[in-house]
Amino acid sequence: MNATAMAERVRRGETSARFLAEESLRAIRARNEELNVFLHVDEHGAMAAAARVDDAIARGEDPGRLAGVPIALKDNLCQVGVPTTCSSRILEGWRPPYSATVVERLLDAGAVPMGKTNLDEFAMGSSTETSAFGPTRNPLDPTRVPGGSSGGSAAAVAAGMTPLALGSDTGGSIRQPAALCGIVGVKPTYGLVSRYGLIAFASSLDQIGPFATSVADAALLLEVIAGHDPMDSTSLPEPAPSLVAHLDDGVAGRRIGLVRELIEGADAEIVTAVERAASVLEAAGATVVELSIPELRLGLSAYYLIAPAEASSNLARYDGVRYGLRVTDEDVTAMNEATRTAGFGAEVKRRIMLGTYALSAGYYDAYYGQALKVRTQMRDAFKRAYRDVDTLLGATTPSVAFTFGSKTNDPMAMYLSDVFTIPTNLAGEAALSVPFGRGEADLPTGVQLLGPGRSEARLLAAAKVLEDVERGS
Amino acid sequence: MSGLTRTEVAHVARLARLRLSDEELDLFTVQLARILDHAADMQSLDLAGVVATAHPYDLINVVREDVVRPSLDRDVVLAAAPDAEDGCFAVPRIMGEEL
Repeated sequence: MNATAMAERVRRGETSARFLAEESLRAIRARNEELNVFLHVDEHGAMAAAARVDDAIARGEDPGRLAGVPIALKDNLCQVGVPTTCSSRILEGWRPPYSATVVERLLDAGAVPMGKTNLDEFAMGSSTETSAFGPTRNPLDPTRVPGGSSGGSAAAVAAGMTPLALGSDTGGSIRQPAALCGIVGVKPTYGLVSRYGLIAFASSLDQIGPFATSVADAALLLEVIAGHDPMDSTSLPEPAPSLVAHLDDGVAGRRIGLVRELIEGADAEIVTAVERAASVLEAAGATVVELSIPELRLGLSAYYLIAPAEASSNLARYDGVRYGLRVTDEDVTAMNEATRTAGFGAEVKRRIMLGTYALSAGYYDAYYGQALKVRTQMRDAFKRAYRDVDTLLGATTPSVAFTFGSKTNDPMAMYLSDVFTIPTNLAGEAALSVPFGRGEADLPTGVQLLGPGRSEARLLAAAKVLEDVERGS
Repeated sequence: MSGLTRTEVAHVARLARLRLSDEELDLFTVQLARILDHAADMQSLDLAGVVATAHPYDLINVVREDVVRPSLDRDVVLAAAPDAEDGCFAVPRIMGEEL
């Protein structure tokens, strides 16, 4: 059952939040040992949240738009009292003293958080293989990765453990795992969703967004978590946009650009899926034009200097003083070093090193400074494209879900799996991935729809057109 | 080629407060050089007149009203610290020499 239907049935008293939470716990227990999706299952907290929803119904109150819907949270989102690790030894055992704004909004809407899902350590990775607590397996084929970094959240939804999940997307960490697990994932406009309580990776790129089995569920969840939050100074100063009401707007009259650079180098089946998506959108009344945005080719280079630079600064806070791991040593500096050396995994160290180098004296202008100028060019290139078309279309990933270990020895090969998703984060704009087509080994492929800031309603309506055709409705 | 050297990698590790083994130094020197080489496509561009973008939108100095609001409880925060004493975070000695 999808989330929209679940909430309606709970609000009408046809089922209970407690029953849905128990069903979710059963589904989690059935496969969590095999798939390693949840790092922590908050059974007690979930049942308490479900009871509050059922009590509200019994009193004749409306518990909210997500009444009784189980949801999974990526383990870089703080929930008061619930262990939060970022899949890192350095935060193992830490319990946040406050909740992320998105978690508060979920609880206010009657949703039932079931626990915390696995991710690449500090969200640095594209496969969950950098997690200190072991990789998550793809529920569709357990010999393959679910993608990353929000691989646990994507797998929770794909395995039917929860109908909804939250992830975070810094360079593709929602859209890429959504594509690899055959579900919907949205990277909202920068600032649309509050980052308060999201443990920072790269602050100018990070954005929280939804995973769901349908476009309608993703729209509903995004509406619930979006909107201004005074606790995040980069939060857009406006209320949540209306998304669900526009789901059936269609694409008639829209101009959609099929971007050459967003299919370049992708598997043949994926290129075919994107081209078929273009035909479907055209048949639904859109005009599709092919176009080229050469600046997108520079995205990967700029991203892998900007994101590590911001990460090296953000992760300086893990110094063994205020929270998390401490490894004692003779003085403070030695203690800082011993703690960080023991607490961080190889990929996190690699990115801290890269970022520190890019920001260090003598290299700042050549690397970080140059990357920021490329970022300007990328934004300008998108702006030029949006003078001619209102939506862009491409692939989400170059390949379907890959096998474990196939990219772990070569960081550049792993980074390339985000080549189509990174430009949106650099521009601070909106994009989503919707399942469309099949690729190698009959695994799902994702099609990506991109738009300027605040274009979520339009992107979701276009995704709905594709989803309807794919489902034959 | 970026020309990144093992000595530079060791220097960066010190700046980042990380201790790398000899094997890690060798591996990171190769891997980081490869990533920096990929960035060479960017370095060859003439972007002299281009303004840098550090942030997706142009917010400047977001301020709130200067009113007192409750903050996190000190005891709750200190309970999460590896070591605390007299209402403060406790750390090993900071001075390099005996006083």
